[in-house]
Amino acid sequence: MSSKMFFYVLKRILLAVLTIWIVITVTFFVMHAVPGGPFVGEKAISKEAQAALEAKYGLDKPLLEQYVTYLRDIVTRFDFGPSLKQRGRMVIDIIADGMKTSAKLGLIAAGLAAVIGIVLGATAAIRRNTFLDKVIMVITTAFVSMPSFIMGSFLLIVFSVSLKWLPANGAAQGGLVLPVITLSLYPMSYITRLTRSSMLDVLGQDYIRTAKAKGVSRWSIIFGHALKNSLIPVITYFGPMLAFIVTGSMVVEQIFAVPGIGRQFVQSITNRDYTMIMGTTIFLASLIVIMNLVSDLLYKVVDPRIEFD
Amino acid sequence: MFSANKPFSMHLDPNAFLPATEEDKQYISRMRPSSTFFKDGCKRLLKNKVATISLILILLITLSSIVLPMVWPYSYDAMLGVRPGKPVDASYNNLAPFTWGKTELKRMEEGEKLFPHIFGTDAHGRDYFIRVVYGTRISLAVGFFASIIVLIIGMTIGAIAGYCGGRVDIIIMRIVDMIYSLPDMLVIILLSVVLGKTLNVENTIFEKIGANIISMFIVFGLLYWVSMARLIRGQILSLREQEYVLSAQATGAKGSWIIRKHLLPNCISVIIISTALQIPNAIFTESFLSFLGLGVNAPMPSLGSLASDALNGITSYTYRLVIPAIVICLIVLSLNLFGDGLRDAFDPKLNA
Repeated sequence: MSSKMFFYVLKRILLAVLTIWIVITVTFFVMHAVPGGPFVGEKAISKEAQAALEAKYGLDKPLLEQYVTYLRDIVTRFDFGPSLKQRGRMVIDIIADGMKTSAKLGLIAAGLAAVIGIVLGATAAIRRNTFLDKVIMVITTAFVSMPSFIMGSFLLIVFSVSLKWLPANGAAQGGLVLPVITLSLYPMSYITRLTRSSMLDVLGQDYIRTAKAKGVSRWSIIFGHALKNSLIPVITYFGPMLAFIVTGSMVVEQIFAVPGIGRQFVQSITNRDYTMIMGTTIFLASLIVIMNLVSDLLYKVVDPRIEFD
Repeated sequence: MFSANKPFSMHLDPNAFLPATEEDKQYISRMRPSSTFFKDGCKRLLKNKVATISLILILLITLSSIVLPMVWPYSYDAMLGVRPGKPVDASYNNLAPFTWGKTELKRMEEGEKLFPHIFGTDAHGRDYFIRVVYGTRISLAVGFFASIIVLIIGMTIGAIAGYCGGRVDIIIMRIVDMIYSLPDMLVIILLSVVLGKTLNVENTIFEKIGANIISMFIVFGLLYWVSMARLIRGQILSLREQEYVLSAQATGAKGSWIIRKHLLPNCISVIIISTALQIPNAIFTESFLSFLGLGVNAPMPSLGSLASDALNGITSYTYRLVIPAIVICLIVLSLNLFGDGLRDAFDPKLNA
């Protein structure tokens, strides 16, 4: 590893840490700027009860002290405090519980999107301007223009309500099939388009012509030369893809009633569970920032032509 | 030159040396009317069938969302079953398309002509067609104004960073990097939750659209300008080195003048294209937030909130979900295709 590369990696890691810190700080102060605080508007509670509640959750201390405690707890033991609405549960436990399902859902969706997207994109590029290419492009354009909640609702109508092939409830047996498909269609289409355009770019390069002139077989050109090089831009999409899957899972888990972290987050928004909103936001944001960092670094490692600046 | 019937003969064809007649001269020196960059682009755009059809679709949808509410006999928030001083007439709730409520049937028997409820009514007895039209109007307006906000902020900051360079550029680009690496959706949700509660819009002109939409605009303004700023900074950086900028500087033009009169007009195509592609993005975000319940305030509909409301009765009233869904898809798809067409027509270089 050259020193230039080392400094680049260091810079990016520092930037990521800084971003996570900003997210924590913004989340904390923005949530505490809400007028009235978390216990207002629930039921009429007495002054004493309110004071007792605030003392219990540490809300009576000065804001700055609360902030330092909050930050320290997160950094030292991943502790986001107790949930305000789900009595007796810690936010991190709820997140961990939800992540078991959500991680499975997200990873399968991401894997599916990557594999099918790359295969479709490469096929479209190799068979460019044929009927197959046009069909693939029309379908992916349509999918890219469809918000995930619409996609999810349509799949729900067709496969659960009308055909009754798959359960509408995500917790049931085989219930994750529809959510996975819903989540993966958009990134799949995006990867297809990305792979196609970068593959077309690569196929026009001189070294492909040279390989052809040398008599290298068609498949060896496609796999050995073209596909390998055209996947580099696709790597940069992995970070945004995770961000999409995280936000998409909120909608999808809501539609299919999947007991995951996205559903917990949406519920915490509707019943104003402030610590839960803060904890989930920080957790998911950190996840996205770290994934972006990894995909950026991977991109630089894979493509030696890119300079570290 | 050489005679045509004897291709290898060295004999010259004397006809080739005759002086040109007036007719020949006119044929050769055919002048075309001069064309501007903009006219050229429009011509290319209209040749692109997909983009033209998309443009027509967008115009049709926009026009009908503006005009239809003015002439429609029902309003988006009138619960038809509710009459002052009488019990709520439940026969108006959940009407199927092209059916009428009890009192309406009676009036029709008396010979009155009533306008049909094309898409029926919703669970509160409101005409669904006009709600969809209103929802379209809200979604389009959000998309349009959000892109304008993004455009203004991004253009100003990007142009300043690109033109000034040096320390100003470094500081601005660091801030841009920072905002760029924030997970935008999560921040939008967070700010919408908080701003929706903090903003007090009662008794102002914004009361009707609600605090959530205003907070959405604020969030767009805060977060989404960064990619626009990056794009414009890049353009300005390369344009700044051109000779005409140097000559403008030499004649004593101020920086703001150079940016406004020389630099921005030269990257206008990039600006237009990325603004056009920003609109479907904003519509996407709005419908997403409305779906989560963070969008427009009831009873104002948006396409996202209509779809989300329809999810409760999905088995019996499937069409209520399908209709707004189709409208969103149509709008986003045609805007995307039109944006692509714009890019192809106005900026051949960008189209990699």
